[in-house]
Amino acid sequence: MPSPDAISAEGLSVAFGEGTARSIAADRVTFRVAEGGSFGLVGESGSGKTTVLRAIAGLIGDWTGGLTVRGETLGPRRQRGFYRTVQMVFQDPYASLHPRHTVDRTLSEPLRLHRFDRVEARIEEGLRAVGLGPEFRFRYPHQLSGGQRQRVAIARALMLEPRILLLDEPTSALDVSVQAEVLNLLADLRSRRGLTFLLVSHDLAVVAHMCEEIAVMQGGRIVETLDVDAMRRMEPREDYTRHLLRASMGYVPEETG
Amino acid sequence: MSDLLRVEDLWVRFFKRGGGVVEAVRGVSFAVGRERVGIVGESGSGKTMTGRAILRLIRPPGEIRAKRIGFDGTDLMGLSERAMRRIRGERISMVMQDPKFSLNPVMTAGEQIMEAYRLHTGAPRGEARARMIEMLEAVQIRDAERVAGLYPHEVSGGMGQRIMIAMMLAPDPDLLIADEPTSALDVTVQMSVLQIMDRLVRERGMGLIFVSHDLNLVASFCDRVLIMYGGRIVETCRAGALNEARHPYTRALLESLPRLDRPKPRLSVMRRDPAWLEEPSVDAFA
Repeated sequence: MPSPDAISAEGLSVAFGEGTARSIAADRVTFRVAEGGSFGLVGESGSGKTTVLRAIAGLIGDWTGGLTVRGETLGPRRQRGFYRTVQMVFQDPYASLHPRHTVDRTLSEPLRLHRFDRVEARIEEGLRAVGLGPEFRFRYPHQLSGGQRQRVAIARALMLEPRILLLDEPTSALDVSVQAEVLNLLADLRSRRGLTFLLVSHDLAVVAHMCEEIAVMQGGRIVETLDVDAMRRMEPREDYTRHLLRASMGYVPEETG
Repeated sequence: MSDLLRVEDLWVRFFKRGGGVVEAVRGVSFAVGRERVGIVGESGSGKTMTGRAILRLIRPPGEIRAKRIGFDGTDLMGLSERAMRRIRGERISMVMQDPKFSLNPVMTAGEQIMEAYRLHTGAPRGEARARMIEMLEAVQIRDAERVAGLYPHEVSGGMGQRIMIAMMLAPDPDLLIADEPTSALDVTVQMSVLQIMDRLVRERGMGLIFVSHDLNLVASFCDRVLIMYGGRIVETCRAGALNEARHPYTRALLESLPRLDRPKPRLSVMRRDPAWLEEPSVDAFA
């Protein structure tokens, strides 16, 4: 029997608000990510890509449809053990780290919560894994650059040795030279630890660089799912995807006449 | 091409409270004609401060020094604050990244555009109103009458940015400084905002300074590009030839970018050379 998918979503729907103010943020979203795979969700703001990620992470409780992680069906609430399998990295490293906690505290908290042993050694290994020296251990977020903060956020996500990382625009707040370092780090960690990635981004070049398969979202729905080669060849099936691809190559002058 | 703006040896310094000086812009010189000039760089490169310094929008403890900022025959550095206020908005406008912080939250879109227009032209209300509707339509807002009556919180980000641009363009400025004007927008809206600015340059002969971190966008949208690093212009080149740029910093920046059309097994990591901070710049036009 083949191993179960790392993540599968079957008709996942999320709605916010009530009555006339009700809006559907994710609409019958279906996709699968194989164990060890890297899957991208792209789309413009409001397309529902982050909503999907947050529903899987357990940050949105009110969803319908089916979600499984490594063969286990998820309910509305996550058990503590879930976070030993799945961790999330957020877009803004300025907002996702507690400003008054040192790196040491940020990294040790999940370990203590989950009663891990060898806390000291794990923190040191964690810092090393993301390319930060031991001198960073007792620094506060304001003493770090944007790239260093995102490294700390990645180290924190890796503390519990998860199998799956949910990455929400992990480099869009960073300069391109720093983005390159963080994307390289993520790619290395994935191949070294056999991680599965679910990456959300509005940047098609970033997604193409990181993922083998990509779902394009618009208005809460998946417009199409295509593999990275089709995307690089600019051969999508849907007009909307073609439009996004064209726009991501740069300015498109007005059509005259 | 005749220059609309000529900046000579511009410096922007910030004096820190405990002593010490941060030099945000270090001796920058460039000229802008009736064209689209892109200024690209990473955070801290001085690109935003350069744009703001042209309008003398740097407050103490910041300080602007320049040999000359020549605009249409006058040296902006020599103008009184009062005279400078007449330049701002009327002759040189600025659009910033986030409309949420640039629009007045307690005035409708229409009132704000009219107020800005009347302040600069002294036009009567009726004329200002007609101009306001005309400008909203110019930025591709259908149903301009309805949008004019909306408050900033009632419009989307893309709509807010178009309202900002309409406000800045109402007095028909000679030069527009746009600082990441489309970074917060979706691609579709981004394209229409760029097309509006493009048309103003082509049809009205406006000059445009387009400050951005997006290399692809600048390469495809602008006529010329200035690449800034460490407060200096390290390279100037034709926008269409950005991919053949020669300065090692520009090269490194291009190499670090993932590309849709060309897969890279690994992104190259920039090795910063202290010499980039001092070496003379590479100028494709010199």
